[in-house]
Amino acid sequence: MALFEARNVTKQFGSLYALNNVSISVPEQSIFGLLGPNGAGKTTLIRIINQITGPDSGELFLNGRKLMPEDVMSIGYLPEERGLYKKMKVGEQALYFAQLKGLSKAEAMRRLKYWFRKLDMIDWWGKKVEELSKGMQQKVQFVTTILHEPKLLILDEPFSGFDPVNTNVIKNEILFLREKGATVILSTHNMGSVEELCDNIALINKAKTILEGRVDDIRMQWAGDEYEIVFDGDVTINGNGDINVLDRQFENNRSTIRFKAGHERNTNQILSEAVRCGNVISFNPALPSMNDIFIRVVETRN
Amino acid sequence: MNKISTIINREYLTRVSKKSFIIMTILAPILMAALIVVPTILMSSQEMDYKKIAVIEENTDLFRGSLKNTKTLEFVYLDDVNVNDLKKTFEEAGYYGILYISSELVNTPNAIQLISKKQPPIADLQYMENSLEKEIEKQKLMAYNIENLDEIMKNVESNVSIQTQKIDDSGQIKDTSTGIAMALAYIGGFLMYMLVFMFGSQVMRGVIEEKTSRVVEVIVSSVKPVQLMMGKIIGIALVGLTQFLIWILLTVAIVGVVKSTVFKDRKITEIAQTVPQNLMDEDQPATAQQQIEQANPQLSEFSRMFESAMNQPWGLIIFSFIFYFITGYLLYASVFAAIGSAVDNETETQQFMLPVTIPIILALMVAMGTMQNPESSLSFWCSIIPLTSPIVMIARIPFGVPAWQIILSMALMVVTFIAFVWMAAKIYRTGILMYGKKTSWKEMWKWLRYSG
Repeated sequence: MALFEARNVTKQFGSLYALNNVSISVPEQSIFGLLGPNGAGKTTLIRIINQITGPDSGELFLNGRKLMPEDVMSIGYLPEERGLYKKMKVGEQALYFAQLKGLSKAEAMRRLKYWFRKLDMIDWWGKKVEELSKGMQQKVQFVTTILHEPKLLILDEPFSGFDPVNTNVIKNEILFLREKGATVILSTHNMGSVEELCDNIALINKAKTILEGRVDDIRMQWAGDEYEIVFDGDVTINGNGDINVLDRQFENNRSTIRFKAGHERNTNQILSEAVRCGNVISFNPALPSMNDIFIRVVETRN
Repeated sequence: MNKISTIINREYLTRVSKKSFIIMTILAPILMAALIVVPTILMSSQEMDYKKIAVIEENTDLFRGSLKNTKTLEFVYLDDVNVNDLKKTFEEAGYYGILYISSELVNTPNAIQLISKKQPPIADLQYMENSLEKEIEKQKLMAYNIENLDEIMKNVESNVSIQTQKIDDSGQIKDTSTGIAMALAYIGGFLMYMLVFMFGSQVMRGVIEEKTSRVVEVIVSSVKPVQLMMGKIIGIALVGLTQFLIWILLTVAIVGVVKSTVFKDRKITEIAQTVPQNLMDEDQPATAQQQIEQANPQLSEFSRMFESAMNQPWGLIIFSFIFYFITGYLLYASVFAAIGSAVDNETETQQFMLPVTIPIILALMVAMGTMQNPESSLSFWCSIIPLTSPIVMIARIPFGVPAWQIILSMALMVVTFIAFVWMAAKIYRTGILMYGKKTSWKEMWKWLRYSG
């Protein structure tokens, strides 16, 4: 079931379309990647979901009913451009944002203590925001975003500015939140994290949705006829007929070979041929990375 | 509603707990007091400058003794001295200047010169002019050969000081003082100007801070932009009112202290000084009160001023001050908020600030003119028109303003500030989310008409 749905959303600024008849559907308890090149209209869509601005036309649904102003309480939003009061103390600030989201002071305090301990931030409580590094500030902002336990979490570039260790910490927290029932919309240019985290994606370009679906399905669709095979020992295959070797690597007494096969061949035929060449360890269709797909889709459209 | 109060709370507490606020709140009344006291001290210390003036009369002896020495002026009559010689040496001889009276005096009054190295103070000049004028008048009168002239002159001599009284509708008469009214008008008008400007631009800076640090995006995902704007404006207004109240309390406290200590002390010392004199001079019995007044006319004037200050319509003044502060501030602060929302940084505010500043400055100038002529039609109109009325009306009230004018002005003010807040909110809503675009007036006009 879809936790959030946008149907035929259109938003214009003057004569310019920011969103043109865009529809997305975000299944419950999943991570949804909202992708697209710069200026595609992602931020506008996010702002519409947050009810910061309203659409010119189209409908929005949360939990099967129309999105209402009070639904902002069940949405958590981490904007791309982090915003914290520089001169304010970390603790006071986190409390302030939590109270704006409707938590009582005592409850906000209790939850903040929990999260600050969990993410190893408790020493920052009395410091001013300007004394923290950019990554630290982002961690604070992440906590303020998830504190009111929103059903829908919108994260715009959540990993930018984090070192690999903290990126991993935040990734795990996102997965943990999903386990606990949250639904996440993740807007990012980091395609690696899309492959790693996202269940579904929608790719927006020039105000329109040009690609959407399950990440696995999309990668299969774009897989083409490329395969990757790993042999035990030093093995080569000859690019005879319609087998076209793209790449061969020999490492740790294993040969990894990427090749393209003709359209009419199915995997069984290819595999039986391969078995004759040597001892097969693994055999996979070579899935294109989301990065490649992104570039190819956007470029063909342009 | 709950969220607005959370926002107000933050805006208020972060500002009130700042060191600069605390310092400003305590220091401002002291600075104000210093502004009044220091010139007085300077002036009185200047009076202490002792000046010796050489008087040379050419071929006459008309004025010998008619220029009486005062606390700060001593006149030395020199005979047989050439003016031109003295011109070179008077400074070394310890004279401040030479008063030269030519023999043609009675016929041509221009024939008196004061020769000095410095520009002489106006008060000293006036003193000399008055004394000489009187003497010349006397001399001229004497030429008519009137009998008993000296006695007549003594009889005629009088000293005039006009006491003003204001009569209200119920026929009650109160002592008033134009001086006090002027002072109140000045302080009230200027304070209003400062508060509106100071706290209005604080609102603008706050909005710019939130916009540039992108905090605004986080907040408007929780509250409506209008709530954020109003929360900020009200929070800062409360900061202003807090400061204002502390200032009033401090002023009352200072005045109270001054009244109880300085007055008492002075009365006692004055009496102590005059009593021995009185004992020596038993021919003139006088009551203690008269003695004090004789001994120190300044003191009695001070207490009269005090009394007339107390007769000012304080209730009306404070009420209307708070009313005009709240409405005027809301009007300007919302405009400032709209400007803050439309720009990316503070330097860009210049082009929008000018049209907002002009009415405020104009109001201040009219308010200053009001002190000279509270009934002028310029003052009247500016105290009715909402953009200038907060400052000008406050300056007019100490002089007495008909009730219908106050009511009209206040009603217009309320209508206008609501309209301004409404328009500002529309601009603000769009402006805070616009980045990187140079905003023009035309653009802002367009935002006014956006629906979503």
